[in-house]
Amino acid sequence: MITALNVEDLAIQRGERVLFRHFGLRVVAGEAVALVGANGAGKTSLLRAVAGMIRPVIGRIGFDGPAGPLSIDDARRQGCHMLGHYDGLKANRHVRDELVFQSRWCGGTAEAALAAATRLNLTRLLDLEVRVLSAGQRRRLALARLIGAPRPLWLLDEPLAPLDTVSRALLGEVMAEHVAGGGLILAAVHDPLPIPVRTAEIGQ
Amino acid sequence: MFAALANPHRFLAFSRWAAPILAVVATGLIAWGVWLGLNVPPDYQQGETVKIMFIHVPAAWTSMLAYACLGGSSFISLVFRHALADAAAKACAPLGAAFTGMSLVTGSLWGRPMWGAWWVWGDARLVSVLVLFLLFLGYLALRASIDDEAKGARAAEILALVGLINLPIIKFSVDWWNTLHQGDSIMRAGGSALAPVYMTPLLLAGAGFSAAFGAMWLVRIRAEIWRRRANSLALQAALA
Amino acid sequence: MSVVGVLVRREMSLAWARGGGALLAVGFFAAATVMLPLALGPAPARLAAVSGGVTWVVLALASLLSLDRMFERDFDDGALDLLALGPLPLEVVATIKCLAQWTVSGAPLALAAPIVAVALGAKPAAAPMIFVAAGLGGLAFAFLGGTGAALALASRRGGVLIAVVVLPLLTPPVIFGGVAIENYTSGLPWLTPLCLLAGYALGAVALTPFAMAGACRNAQS
Repeated sequence: MITALNVEDLAIQRGERVLFRHFGLRVVAGEAVALVGANGAGKTSLLRAVAGMIRPVIGRIGFDGPAGPLSIDDARRQGCHMLGHYDGLKANRHVRDELVFQSRWCGGTAEAALAAATRLNLTRLLDLEVRVLSAGQRRRLALARLIGAPRPLWLLDEPLAPLDTVSRALLGEVMAEHVAGGGLILAAVHDPLPIPVRTAEIGQ
Repeated sequence: MFAALANPHRFLAFSRWAAPILAVVATGLIAWGVWLGLNVPPDYQQGETVKIMFIHVPAAWTSMLAYACLGGSSFISLVFRHALADAAAKACAPLGAAFTGMSLVTGSLWGRPMWGAWWVWGDARLVSVLVLFLLFLGYLALRASIDDEAKGARAAEILALVGLINLPIIKFSVDWWNTLHQGDSIMRAGGSALAPVYMTPLLLAGAGFSAAFGAMWLVRIRAEIWRRRANSLALQAALA
Repeated sequence: MSVVGVLVRREMSLAWARGGGALLAVGFFAAATVMLPLALGPAPARLAAVSGGVTWVVLALASLLSLDRMFERDFDDGALDLLALGPLPLEVVATIKCLAQWTVSGAPLALAAPIVAVALGAKPAAAPMIFVAAGLGGLAFAFLGGTGAALALASRRGGVLIAVVVLPLLTPPVIFGGVAIENYTSGLPWLTPLCLLAGYALGAVALTPFAMAGACRNAQS
């Protein structure tokens, strides 16, 4: 169970270019942080570095539990949801299969996944193939795993982008609940999030 | 030595002297070896054509040395994530392919008078070298087809290591395959039964080829380091 | 159902759907071997002499061509990120992917191989050996091919690149399997080459997942 995310003195390089350096951030349980910055400032790269997919040039990323620092690998594999630009959905599979797979792969149950689908108004879509879904519907389907498989740290990259007003409000509710239940959210955004957040700016 | 040379500045200072010295040594050794080789008595079986051996066999040895260097550099780069080791691996592969190609061409030239054919599948050594050549080509193709330099380097390193583990098995399997088909003409070139009059020039040329490979390798690593510096300066200038 | 079972089910269904699954591989295999008599002429003696070898080589190609999308789809649609953050390490994920690939395309190819070889003039008695060798060889082809597919991820070039990178590495299994089939047909000892083939396949199963996982992480970074 992650209670805090610590990022200390981080520098990330892509290709030959240093995106940012000396970046520090601490997110604690019950807190949502909006990561803002210009295009190319390194918001996505920071999220991917926290998830362990990019290796920082220097700096430290750590996760704390109630009893002190956690093993980084375990924290990522068991405590970390990451939702990037792509939804990770297979066009030729059925919504129900993808929903249940994603949730169960992240440690949830099939029942919880179906409950999440109800919550996100996906029930009518369950028997369709993913290919016929709109971008917003796909995003909601991908978001369902956040509810279906409880993991404390959510790393969200532009989670609002393809969503309509109703869905944005719904996501706001879900995020507020997660934070109220002791969860942590770190979201890269351009538009303001529909919940109260602390803002962290990235880049020069 | 690796630790000391891992610093690019020290490497550049070292290679600045080492490369020309190696080149001179290589020229001397190859000239001596080839001169001795040209003056050996004709083989009772192969006649004058035995003299191709003094180019062919050293080229084959050097191509294996080159793959070992490629695998070694890739391993160091993969484990210690050192940029110089990656530059070394990148610089090594085309050289290895060139020496392997030289060995194949000379082997084929040798085969024409000996077997009456440009290529004979019955010689395990030639077939192994051919597979080695294909391994180099695969490495170069993978490296060339990935635009992102860092990712291309990493993928190529993994491939080089897979190849390094596979290489002894390939060698074994080709030799074994060859013994099973021993109806064809088989020639044992450079075996241990070689007379000293052949062995001395062969060893001299072998050492000379290795030194030449070393000299060219150092020069190519230097070029790669300078190319990277130029790229990063251009990038800095563009962003400033 | 455990998390392994969840992943196996997904990978099997994806492998099955991938480019028509077994149909594509077997179709290529059959079509390519049909070309042979058309090119060499129908003389039974000539065809019979090369039947085992040709079957074996085309089999290797067929197993390689069907796996270029094995990692690429997951990479393109972001599912590889999801897989990397799951409870199982990428090494295990890669192993399951290759085994699914083998079940869906390697096993049907192994079933088709004796039929094709016999149609070309191989002795029907060799059919069981061709089946076993094709199954074991297919395992090695799937894992080495998977390594090539994972390495090619960063390049977006797929198929041909995988073949160029992987084919030289396939020398040992091609030799071991070819010799096993040939020796079995001509009444020579065949157990040694078959054991070498099995050993090579198991070695590939044990070692290549590390290369595949490393290549996937590299492509993701």
